[in-house]
Amino acid sequence: MSESFQFRIDGVEVTARPGQTIMEAADAAGIYIPRLCDVEGLRHQGGCRVCTVKSGGRSVSACTQPAEPGLEVENDSAARNRVRRDLVEMLFHEGNHLCPICEKSGNCELQAMAYRLDMTEATRFPWLEPCRDLDASHPDIALDTNRCISCGRCIRASQDMDGKGVFGYVGRGIHRRVAVNGADLAHTDAALADHAMHVCPVGCIIRKGEGFQVPIGERHFDHGLIGHEIEDRARKDGRK
Amino acid sequence: MTEARKPRVATVSLAGCFGCHMAVLDIDERMIALMGRVEFDRSPLTDIKTFTQRCDIGIIEGGCCNEENVHTLIDFRKNCDVLIALGQCAIMGGLPAMRNAIMHSREPLRECLEEAYISGPYLRNATRLIPNDPVLPLILDKVYPCSDIVDIDVQIPGCAPSGDIIFSTLVALLDGKFKGFARETLRFD
Repeated sequence: MSESFQFRIDGVEVTARPGQTIMEAADAAGIYIPRLCDVEGLRHQGGCRVCTVKSGGRSVSACTQPAEPGLEVENDSAARNRVRRDLVEMLFHEGNHLCPICEKSGNCELQAMAYRLDMTEATRFPWLEPCRDLDASHPDIALDTNRCISCGRCIRASQDMDGKGVFGYVGRGIHRRVAVNGADLAHTDAALADHAMHVCPVGCIIRKGEGFQVPIGERHFDHGLIGHEIEDRARKDGRK
Repeated sequence: MTEARKPRVATVSLAGCFGCHMAVLDIDERMIALMGRVEFDRSPLTDIKTFTQRCDIGIIEGGCCNEENVHTLIDFRKNCDVLIALGQCAIMGGLPAMRNAIMHSREPLRECLEEAYISGPYLRNATRLIPNDPVLPLILDKVYPCSDIVDIDVQIPGCAPSGDIIFSTLVALLDGKFKGFARETLRFD
């Protein structure tokens, strides 16, 4: 195995192994870099850009950029977080994200990211309010694409882990959407046990019969800010 | 010596469910302390219908779904120094904004009214008409968040916001020390 090396995130020395991305090394060191499209277990995509950090004078996505010896990375700064908040806010505006009626509320990573990034000021962006489809054809799974943020987690999970390819991108630019490989979800080989049905960060892929089972106050992000598990790891080890 | 003037607070519910006004009551006994510090002007709590004088704080529940909401909101902006959007409806349209897009229709307003008054399965509407009396405020093409109509100074998120976040925000504003919310207290539901 090749030698590990050091680089710095916000002035803190971090150890990385060759081949690790900035985010992988940061996670291991207990430093949280906000992210939406990236999730443990799936290949990195670098699509949402919420993990954008400044490195060597350039803005790069921490989930895809390899760590290098001596790198100086700017992560948790007001400027980086402002850009991230704008990105998250635009994701809210691009779809129809009505938290009060959404069964994912409290377990939603988009919502949790808005909390972490202080998305509380009056908006400067227009609401696009698109008319998107609801596909409830499958007996166990529903798709409310109004809430899709095109992170592509389900695509990667279905292709790489389930070996199915139920989901894929269609269209280009702002018209790019996640679509299913069939007339509707019932006409694909999607199954409730698929890994793809458990990676959606928002309330787009809905497992029927599960909504609102966990009461308010006990949902995942009622217990702490998104990323606190990673940061707690560092605190426990006394590194931060 | 005259007593120091108490800051004046006005409140109104536009296209909301009145839940945010109910949430104000979740301040519980701290309401007594708050009432000692402020005077309420026009508000459903006082049943005063128009501004009696300029106010320091205006609290808006709900977004704008008809022209009367828009006139009221503009009136609040003119008469209040600090305008607060209280709750998700005021901030982003909330549940009423479901009629904007989630009806999966290219004409969401028409479909909304037709389902409500003509085609809905559980209707008893003998006239089979959509109400169109001239005294009814004109319904808008869609539901607008408050910040689409006027400048909003502070947004208190929640559906409804907790009594704690309402109280702490009001006290911080009255003390001139409001610097945003603790992240852990933020909820959009």
